[in-house]
Amino acid sequence: MSIGNIWILCKKELKSYFASPIAYGLMAFFALVCGYFFYAATAIFVVRSTDPMMAQRGMPMDVTEWVIRPVLMNASVLGLFMIPMITMRLFAEEKRSGTIELLATSPIRDIEIILGKWLAAVLLYVCILAVSAIDLSILFIYGKPEVKPLLVGYLGLLLQGSCLLAIGTFISNTTRHQLVAGAATFAVCLLLWVLDWVSAYDSTPTGRVISYLSVMGHFENFAKGVLDSKDVIYYLSVIFFGLFLTTRSMEYLRWRA
Amino acid sequence: MIKVEGLTKRYARNVAVDNISFEVEKGQIVGFLGPNGAGKTTTMRVLTCFLPPTEGKAQVAGFDVMTQAMEVKRRIGYLPETPPLYPEMEVSEYIEFVGRLKGLPRAGLLKRVDEVCERCNVADVKSKLISKLSKGYRQRVGLASAIIHNPDVLILDEPTAGLDPEQRRETLSLIKELAGEHTIILSTHILPEVEQTCQRVIIISKGKLVATDTVENLNSRLRGAELVAVEVEPRNGHLAQEVVQQKLEQVPGVSRVLFREQRNSRLLFEVESLQGRSIRGDLARAVVQADWNLTELHPIGLSLEEIFIQLTSSTEKGGSK
Ligand SMILES: Nc1ncnc2c1ncn2[C@@H]1O[C@H](COP(=O)(O)OP(=O)(O)OP(=O)(O)O)[C@@H](O)[C@H]1O
Ligand SMILES: [Mg+2]
Repeated sequence: MSIGNIWILCKKELKSYFASPIAYGLMAFFALVCGYFFYAATAIFVVRSTDPMMAQRGMPMDVTEWVIRPVLMNASVLGLFMIPMITMRLFAEEKRSGTIELLATSPIRDIEIILGKWLAAVLLYVCILAVSAIDLSILFIYGKPEVKPLLVGYLGLLLQGSCLLAIGTFISNTTRHQLVAGAATFAVCLLLWVLDWVSAYDSTPTGRVISYLSVMGHFENFAKGVLDSKDVIYYLSVIFFGLFLTTRSMEYLRWRA
Repeated sequence: MIKVEGLTKRYARNVAVDNISFEVEKGQIVGFLGPNGAGKTTTMRVLTCFLPPTEGKAQVAGFDVMTQAMEVKRRIGYLPETPPLYPEMEVSEYIEFVGRLKGLPRAGLLKRVDEVCERCNVADVKSKLISKLSKGYRQRVGLASAIIHNPDVLILDEPTAGLDPEQRRETLSLIKELAGEHTIILSTHILPEVEQTCQRVIIISKGKLVATDTVENLNSRLRGAELVAVEVEPRNGHLAQEVVQQKLEQVPGVSRVLFREQRNSRLLFEVESLQGRSIRGDLARAVVQADWNLTELHPIGLSLEEIFIQLTSSTEKGGSK
């Protein structure tokens, strides 16, 4: 496996993201919606913290708990909508236009193609997340929020995004229709999200396993600013699994064709 | 350079390529000929390691396409039926990208890009977006990117499809120039193209190999006898058709003389030789000795078209070659 080859693919993929309106559209969408969440959370925080009732009870209001956490939780849900749009074209478009023939007949490995494309998707996701730094800078101008939970929260968003992007990459490799890939990725992301609901009413071992599989369930700790190796390992293994499945499916499709 | 043995490729239901074998020597330019759906693209995809063969073996430059795919891919330049272009890239950017994919180092790559752009006549659109190019230019950009890493073997799938006659001629002469340095396989269903460009033909139909031979051999193999067009003009005055015909019939080796037409005072005949005899020299001498002008003398080959029809229809009837 050569880093050089991965980077060649990744650069090409990033360029094509930024040559189309997708990248800018998603960044604008995220900036707007995230900005709104931030505004709403801050407004609630301000109203509550000036509420004499709360002050009387002597409960110090915490920016991390009242602003950052809800914004992070909402941002992670926004990922559900953005990730299918990022990954749907990765392979489907190459298959439709026939450029996959160029990649597949060049002296590069499947895994290099896959990693290059996935990495480009991750980097685009990082750019999108970075847009919300504008909102956060306001927090730093007017106050001194804790840095560590913020960093942990963003690490969580990145890990969660990377793992859904790996799944999206796999799905894009199974079809030549972008829209099919996008819709299927959205469905799978949604499913992985709602798995978490099971934990609310089912505490049997099965229920716990199901909720363990939920991508969203593992994000809660990150949003609280808690870095748990269990969650990190979960995300890393889903990324690995998704990319591994993609290599398998490339191989399988070649033989079946 | 290329060696295919008993290659079979089955898709889910149908057999696209059925047990074909052939060899291509280094520096040769070979035409891959067959009607739609014959299995040309499929064979090329196996040779370029895009598809694994169902059965049989294929070797390129001494490397097996199955077990040594990386080595094969390094030595192959492939232009698929639709050139694999990224519309959002500029021409030189695209060719550079392909060069990097093929493993060329960054140093000197830009110079190499300029070289192939010159060579394939795309230098004037180098900084244009590929999405803004015409079909002919796209084809040439595809060709330029296929030779960027100076591959031993070039595999071109219908390189002239969709081009106007002028561009078609240019592309073919470019391909001809490339032969020698590269071993080339090109597929087409246009027969005169093969006659003009290729040294050898491989004809397939419905996945089966129909014939593989040099262009000349194929011609004579089917005909056996030589067919020559002869045009004769009197030095002065009038020339009777019967006189000339008689004279030509007396030339040794001639089996039949056919009067074709009269153009002003010139008379055109078609002369057929006996099996395996070469008669052109004797014909020319006979005409000149009779004190006439020999205004035209050339062999009329059976066109590949006719060969093709004969060969493919004979396999359909169940006979081989
Ligand atoms: N991906 C595929 N799946 C199933 N069948 C296929 C596939 N690709 C080609 N075929 C079938 O294999 C046969 C050979 O096709 P191929 O594309 O190799 O022909 P071709 O000689 O290149 O034809 P053309 O001159 O039209 O390009 C055809 O019958 C075609 O229907
Ligand atoms: Mg074809």
